[in-house]
Amino acid sequence: MKEKILEILQDIRPDVDFLNETKLIDDEILDSFDIITIASELNEAFDVDIDVADLEPYNFNTVQAMQELITELQEEDL
Amino acid sequence: MIHSVLYYLQRNAEEIPDHQALADESRSFSYHEYLDAVKKIACFVDRNFADGQTKRPVAVLIDRNALSVLAFLGIAASGNFYVPLDPALPVERRKVILSELAPIGILDARTDRRTEICPCPPVSEILEKEEISEADEKRFRIMTDSIIDTDPLYSIFTSGSTGVPKGVLICHRSVLDLVNAFSEVFAFGQDSVFGNQAPFDFDVSVKDIYNALYCGGRVEIIPKKKFGMPKLLVEYLAEKEINTLIWAVSAVRIVSDFRTFDKVQTQKPVNLKYVMFSGEVMPPSSLEHWMNHFPEAVFVNLYGPTEITCNCTYCIIEKPVDPDKPLSAGKAFPNTRVFLLNDKNERILEPGVVGEICVEGTGLALGYWNNPQKTAEVFTDHPEFPAYRNTIYHTGDLGYYDDEGRIYFSSRADSQIKHMGHRIELGEIEAALNALDFIAAACCLYDAQKENIVCVFQLSPLTDPEETEGPALKTKIVKAISSKLPKYMWPTRFVRMDALPLTSHQKTDRVRIREDYLAGKIG
Repeated sequence: MKEKILEILQDIRPDVDFLNETKLIDDEILDSFDIITIASELNEAFDVDIDVADLEPYNFNTVQAMQELITELQEEDL
Repeated sequence: MIHSVLYYLQRNAEEIPDHQALADESRSFSYHEYLDAVKKIACFVDRNFADGQTKRPVAVLIDRNALSVLAFLGIAASGNFYVPLDPALPVERRKVILSELAPIGILDARTDRRTEICPCPPVSEILEKEEISEADEKRFRIMTDSIIDTDPLYSIFTSGSTGVPKGVLICHRSVLDLVNAFSEVFAFGQDSVFGNQAPFDFDVSVKDIYNALYCGGRVEIIPKKKFGMPKLLVEYLAEKEINTLIWAVSAVRIVSDFRTFDKVQTQKPVNLKYVMFSGEVMPPSSLEHWMNHFPEAVFVNLYGPTEITCNCTYCIIEKPVDPDKPLSAGKAFPNTRVFLLNDKNERILEPGVVGEICVEGTGLALGYWNNPQKTAEVFTDHPEFPAYRNTIYHTGDLGYYDDEGRIYFSSRADSQIKHMGHRIELGEIEAALNALDFIAAACCLYDAQKENIVCVFQLSPLTDPEETEGPALKTKIVKAISSKLPKYMWPTRFVRMDALPLTSHQKTDRVRIREDYLAGKIG
């Protein structure tokens, strides 16, 4: 799953080192359009529904956090 | 007689000194404090940069904070004009702008100044260190009294098709005219709280700053981060009691795309009186969400390029919105004339016929800074009234009338696009791509439906084939152009062709490339 997420992120922002950044939101590395695009592409790729309530900085600061969010949403679905 | 925007600040500081005027996440200024800060900055600029000179450019490294606005008004009060500069601009672009502009000084309004950009005095230190003496008070009065309304107030740089950004220069009178027109059409007052969304290098923010000064209201500068987190954004609107939004379409859409108001309950209710938007065509479906939740609010579609001072037409949206009908740009603001010309420079009167939207009135810019040639191309004499100097602005936007005389935007006459709320010349992106040694030719187009800037390119024959595959190539191109172009101008899709198709004149066949891409034949 991590590889797929990375691929999506890298496609949206080829200039960002996603593996090593830990404050993607707090340091304003990602802007609002990036976040919206990421949310919609993750929804599509993993068949989840990232809701407005999930759009919190802690869910998007790292790749790890995004992976956990998706796993959590997939489990909720079951 | 009112001959500068400073009048409203001085009036408010006298009449409502303790009314909160300007706030960001961490600081708040009353009108009295606002004027005091402006005095300090004006005297500093006068002493250290201008030395008594006026009508000269002073750049400001902006941030989403009150200090930026204080710097603007301070520079204006010194009789000079301000030029907002985004500190995140790529280095080369900033250099080009600064060399075009040749400012007499730069102020650093950033809250966090850890990244060194250029040595320049921080606004926060000026406010801490400067004291206003009696001589300063006197000097301040002389400076502000000496301004006449045709003096430049600000310049905002916008994308240029040849690769060099151009500075649109706006005078006091145009902004005074704008706020007078807004106050005639809309009911702003001292209880208006403007939730500023637009960055200060966008002229959308001009409306927040000066409408608030005109009506004695307050500007709340919303932190940028909130716009990626709609829930936090809506909570911020509630907490700060923001009731007036003058936003870019793209920002309004972020909230509706996530159906935010269906899902988020704030402790205090959000109470909106006005929701105004501009910059792109608003899809009716995005608006419905807002209108359902704020039935009492007035929704307004605004239209106009930077060159005519923010907006020249407005349309108050009637309910219910027809989801299949595009929103109209409406009709001209008071004291502004907007009309359509065909390619023979004749006026179009009948509905449904497409022509170029042209504007006449006090809102017209003074022109492009230090660029008489570009100015003469789009600010021309009125073709119907050649007997006197009667300037009109050709927007390059194509539009048509409906049966009731309302204007609709249809498309552009050239290759300018609107992407993520930014006005971009595709030619400027191509200029940056074509300057790369590993690219032989590049052609950019915009896929409006998917909101992608598409770069169709051909590699230079000498490029190592090892380096030319897949994501690595995309990364290589993006990294190479990132020192020249801001992020919103980076292509989001790349299509490599062995050779770009040519026209019979041996020029890149952009029409065919565009058609083939949109039809799915390439890419």
